[in-house]
Amino acid sequence: MTNANPLWKILLLALVVVSGIVLALPNIFGSDYAVQISGRSAPLTEDNAFLAKSAINSGGFEGVEFRDEGEQVIAIFANQDDQQKAQELVTRAVEPAFTSAAMNLVSASPAWLRKISDPMYLGLDLRGGIHFLYEVDMDEAIKSAEERYVSDWRRIVREEGIKGFKIQHKGGEISARFNVEADRDRMLDLYRQEGRDLDFKTSEDDKYGYITANLNEAAVTAEKTLVLEQNIATLRNRVNELGVSEPVIQQQGLERIVVQLPGIQDPTRARAILGATATLEYRLVHGSPTTWAAASSGGGVPADARLYKLKEDGSPILLSRDIIVTGDQIKDASAGFDQQTSAPAVFVNLDGAGAKRMQAVTQENVGNLMAVVYKENRVDVAYNEAGEKVYNEVKTEQVINYATINDVLSHRFQTTGLGGGEAADLALLLRAGSLKAPINIVEERTVGPSLGADNIRQGFLSAVVGLIVVVLFMAWYYRVFGMVAGAALIMNVVLIVAVLSLLQATLTLPGIAGIVLTTGMAVDANVLIFERIREELRSGSSVQAAISAGYDKAFTTIADANITTLIAAVVLFSLGTGAIKGFAITLSIGILTSMFTAIFGSRIIINAIYGGKRGKALAI
Amino acid sequence: MRNLIGESNYDFIGHRRPAMFLSAALVTIALLAILIRGLNFGVDFTGGFTIEVGYEETANIEHIREVLAAAELPDASVQNFGSTTDVLIRMAPPEGDVTGSALSDDVLGALKPTSESEIKMRRVEFVGPQVGEELRETGGLAVLMALFAIVVYIWFRFEKKFSVGSVLALVHDVIITVGVFALFQIEFDLTILAAILAVIGYSLNDTIVVFDRIRENFRTMRRGTPAEIMNASINQTLSRTVITSLTTLLVLLSLFIFGGKIINGFALALIIGVIIGTYSSIFVASTTVLGLGISKEDMMPVEKEGADLDDIP
Repeated sequence: MTNANPLWKILLLALVVVSGIVLALPNIFGSDYAVQISGRSAPLTEDNAFLAKSAINSGGFEGVEFRDEGEQVIAIFANQDDQQKAQELVTRAVEPAFTSAAMNLVSASPAWLRKISDPMYLGLDLRGGIHFLYEVDMDEAIKSAEERYVSDWRRIVREEGIKGFKIQHKGGEISARFNVEADRDRMLDLYRQEGRDLDFKTSEDDKYGYITANLNEAAVTAEKTLVLEQNIATLRNRVNELGVSEPVIQQQGLERIVVQLPGIQDPTRARAILGATATLEYRLVHGSPTTWAAASSGGGVPADARLYKLKEDGSPILLSRDIIVTGDQIKDASAGFDQQTSAPAVFVNLDGAGAKRMQAVTQENVGNLMAVVYKENRVDVAYNEAGEKVYNEVKTEQVINYATINDVLSHRFQTTGLGGGEAADLALLLRAGSLKAPINIVEERTVGPSLGADNIRQGFLSAVVGLIVVVLFMAWYYRVFGMVAGAALIMNVVLIVAVLSLLQATLTLPGIAGIVLTTGMAVDANVLIFERIREELRSGSSVQAAISAGYDKAFTTIADANITTLIAAVVLFSLGTGAIKGFAITLSIGILTSMFTAIFGSRIIINAIYGGKRGKALAI
Repeated sequence: MRNLIGESNYDFIGHRRPAMFLSAALVTIALLAILIRGLNFGVDFTGGFTIEVGYEETANIEHIREVLAAAELPDASVQNFGSTTDVLIRMAPPEGDVTGSALSDDVLGALKPTSESEIKMRRVEFVGPQVGEELRETGGLAVLMALFAIVVYIWFRFEKKFSVGSVLALVHDVIITVGVFALFQIEFDLTILAAILAVIGYSLNDTIVVFDRIRENFRTMRRGTPAEIMNASINQTLSRTVITSLTTLLVLLSLFIFGGKIINGFALALIIGVIIGTYSSIFVASTTVLGLGISKEDMMPVEKEGADLDDIP
């Protein structure tokens, strides 16, 4: 009896080994710090590419390398500091509305290898960065959805010419009060036609008839989904504006959003930009400085006006209740400087509907005053002693400037009155769109670059030391067979890295721990097989019968043992938190690849060495 | 042929009473430690702040405490982390009007002006109390789910008595490992939970290898009482059990020594778990199966069921 290798098995092993090595190879070269310059909606133009490149060259960085990749330019830097400085330089030099400059890590492997495979994606704990878990304030979202009905109801009542009513959002429901019960019944029919999403209730007392309504369950669910999706879209836009590449923005559960920003080192700014709801509003000015002063000192505000304060000095001003244009109608915005005064300015581009309205209003009001209101809503969360959430709503509504309308305005115009930094942030927020409901941070993890580098170094060291120790031990204990097991083990690590690179899975520090643990456990399959072979030899089997029986009898045991470990890994994965998932992934992949290398792979090598040997002794 | 164990013939089953006392004692101590001392839950589970800062020179812990106290930051615990230049600052979830995660800015803002050398922010972790509570729940649930899924699998592949034996061994391992963390008040965070689940996987691995041999021997050995068959099975797999535990412990030691401070607890939990798991698959799992009165007849229906599965090469 002999143990020969069929040709297909040898070819399969060779194929897997070669592709494994090629796929894993980019990880040896590592990554370079890069700034990726690309067009936002259209491919990068040559002019903009030139602008960006000369901005980088003006920084005098050492060892800069440019890669022209058709639609984008990648600039590679020697270190992270240079990368950050260059990103700022480029952002200042180009028009941010059209060109983005994102900090990035790019593969440092040679060009031919880059075409075939990419290195593993490194988690935040290894490359540094920020992880936010946001909770969307759904109560607020439902409330504002119901408030939209309040204005609908008012409009319908007015259209029907009914007098004596009161409609408001009160106590978590929409409530309407009518002096005449017949009016109430007529309106109820109309409201039912308009609002299929509402559950209606009616009641009456001696004086009035009431309708109260709430969003029904299906509508609440739909609204929550919509708000979550819109907030995710807005967050994605804002993250892109921040110049982060390869960010993660994902839904988690029904009310939460995960945002991961690799490479970002300034959590304060990231928090401010992601969570802010700043926007602009354009309104006509009402009355004159005398009526403004009178209104602010208790003289009463006219019914069609609202009292505001000027950002500059806090002095009062009255604005019309009607809004000309809101921030939602702003299609595009960029920051720059006023040509005459050099004051920081935001250049605003309106959408079709907004432009039409702006044109109509300014046409009628040439010579009158128009004001720009800067609105910022922030919800700060704190916790009281019982551990309950307390919301501190911080609302600012300030008039940043007002001026005489000299010309008819339409699509594009500028607004001044903010500081340089404020103008830049506002332009960014206007471009990215507004959040549909406030979001609160419920979890934040920031890893600095120095810790990330330490984690990689220590993780790599422990993996290498562990691997070497086990390979040496196996070679000492099982001699030739042990060396084969060692080869299978090294192959296993290569395959884990290859599969991770292929799937573009994220490697985390616990993920590295998973690889290390797999190294120790993967030899178990070979230990089981070798102990079986020894037993067979002791009971007097021939060399070939012992090898064959050893592999066959050990198989079910190995499979059973590995399946139960896989069960634990799957449960671990379902636990769901980023870093732990990394551990579960590498552990699972390691178990599967070890079945291949430790059983299939080692068998082929053993057969090749001992397949034709006769007698009763083996180097095991 | 090198042999650390050789062809052994130890009387494991005969020594099951002292082993049972030892296990019972260890589990009792562990449970008492968990109940009385409680677990030193990390920020993952309690909610709160952890901020790690790196100084260029040896950090003055006392000074940092004073600065933070002066800045009216809520009872911060300050300690060295791994080296004399690294400092870990931990705080309970903020009360009153202290704003969410912006607290890290306050800490750095307070420390930076008082230090001559540069301070590097190495890591900030903020976990809201409700997120922590959820993680505690899902974490406990995950351990139970893993145990349940494994009971079902073993029941299906082996037999009810094996299933009971393996789970008893797993519960034994989990309780003792968690007990060590309670006894020495080592911080219990999310990575430790991951390690506990990996311990469940590993310990089971060991147990199944022994069970597999017990099943095989019940079918092939013509003579012998169940106790003798079990003893033979454990002895036959002993060499493998020891070698595999040894290689696993070798890599875990490498992880413990070189893997850095963050992964330390994780490696420690696995080291304890692997040692206890190896012991339990010999003394707890098998003796439970024997105690439940396993007999050759029990293996008959399983033999039929498992027949086609065993045919896979």
